[in-house]
Amino acid sequence: MISYGSVTKRFRDGTVAVDDFSLSVPRGSLTVLAGSSGCGKTTLMRMVNRMVDPSEGRVAVDGQDVAGQDPVALRRRIGYVMQNSGLLPHRTVGQNIATVPRLTGMDRSAARRKAADMMDLVGLAPELANRYPAQLSGGQQQRVGVARGLAADPEILLMDEPFGAVDPLVRADLQRQLVELHHQLGTTILFVTHDMDEALTLGDHIVLLQAGARIAQQGTPKDFVSAPASDFVRDFLGLDRGQRTLRRETAADGSVLLVDPHGRPAGVLAE
Amino acid sequence: MSWILNNLPLILDRLWAHVATSLPAIVLALLISLPLGWLAHRYRPLNGPVLTGAGLMYALPSLPLFIVLPVLIGTGVRDAVNVVVALTLYGVALMVRSVSDGLDGIPPEARSAATALGYRPLRRFLAVDLPLAGPVILSGLRVVAVSTVSLCTVGAVLGIPSLGLLFTDGFQRGILAQILTGIVLTVALALALDRLLVLTGRLLMPWARTPSRRTSRRSHRAGGVERAVTPS
Repeated sequence: MISYGSVTKRFRDGTVAVDDFSLSVPRGSLTVLAGSSGCGKTTLMRMVNRMVDPSEGRVAVDGQDVAGQDPVALRRRIGYVMQNSGLLPHRTVGQNIATVPRLTGMDRSAARRKAADMMDLVGLAPELANRYPAQLSGGQQQRVGVARGLAADPEILLMDEPFGAVDPLVRADLQRQLVELHHQLGTTILFVTHDMDEALTLGDHIVLLQAGARIAQQGTPKDFVSAPASDFVRDFLGLDRGQRTLRRETAADGSVLLVDPHGRPAGVLAE
Repeated sequence: MSWILNNLPLILDRLWAHVATSLPAIVLALLISLPLGWLAHRYRPLNGPVLTGAGLMYALPSLPLFIVLPVLIGTGVRDAVNVVVALTLYGVALMVRSVSDGLDGIPPEARSAATALGYRPLRRFLAVDLPLAGPVILSGLRVVAVSTVSLCTVGAVLGIPSLGLLFTDGFQRGILAQILTGIVLTVALALALDRLLVLTGRLLMPWARTPSRRTSRRSHRAGGVERAVTPS
């Protein structure tokens, strides 16, 4: 469980990235921090593993203030998956995935077995273990990133726009897999994105942030779509532009289509 | 040709002296450049002074240096140590920038990922930063190796043994074969050393050669080769 208590982050140049932020992320949840770039969401996430230290307030993991903990030990027990995968280009896929187990003293062969298990878990073919990251597709690299983040069996997984750089089809596949993994492993996942569709797809709890990491609204995906709290939220969801307002239309064969304001079919209605 | 056959032991002796003088200088230059290059990379205010200072060392004329060094470090004028020290200085002058450039060129996301995974700073430097800077450092080292082997011959003017002695001696005695042997062996030694470094690089950094699936990706192999201007 992660909790933020009145956290403020002021950078040296005087900008306030995070202004008096409080939030409690329940154990086992998949919580999404959403917002446009510069709203402080990544800064908030990096406070959990002490990549950033707050100027004021406290961040606690399982009730323990992280400020009192050795950052290196903390990072090794918190998984981290970043944008553009963040793989180490000079290590093979297998070595990348085995990084944290090796750092924490697991012997080479056990770490290799662990990496193979993780590859299986995220759906990577075993023969990719000896490839270098540059030899993989973007989607494969992201899978390796997820496998590496989970390799030390962390209770918390931090994900910083991990699927931002892959094409929509692959992204949808990765998202589906992440939801499955979350159900299967029960890991607490804190996920950062600027893409509201992604937030609605993944989050069982969504926190939408405005500049300075002020919470515009938090709740389930349904809360957001059915009861947006402000114009900012409506705008961010695209409700203003009517993008999420669908009309029924009956097709020639009698099936009921849902059509967006531009007349494009968004799907069929299942009765 | 008969000169070569008649003087084989002498030639081998000079070749060995040349290797024994240039190789330690190359290794020392690398070892000294690593911390200096790291300082220039890590502490921005030091970047200018360190790199400029190192560059200026390369402007020192080598012959006067060979004469001044014995006074400074208390060695004999004919001591090969003078040459090793001088060559090390020139090597450092070239190498520091390669090390600093190599470290500057590490993809920031790789470095940040390593920190987030839980590398301690020293281990991260050795296991992540240094290997990723490797290709650029290697290209600098290749320049240093070749220039050191060629510069090493200058010691011959003071009578310090190296392949250079073959051409100063051959020149004085008018033996063309001796002059040519000295020149050809110097070039051959430089090329052999360069080849050896390339092969070692392939062995140690197989990842730097893997063809990338994305053509737009930044290549680590490209940058960093500097021009070697041999001071005389």
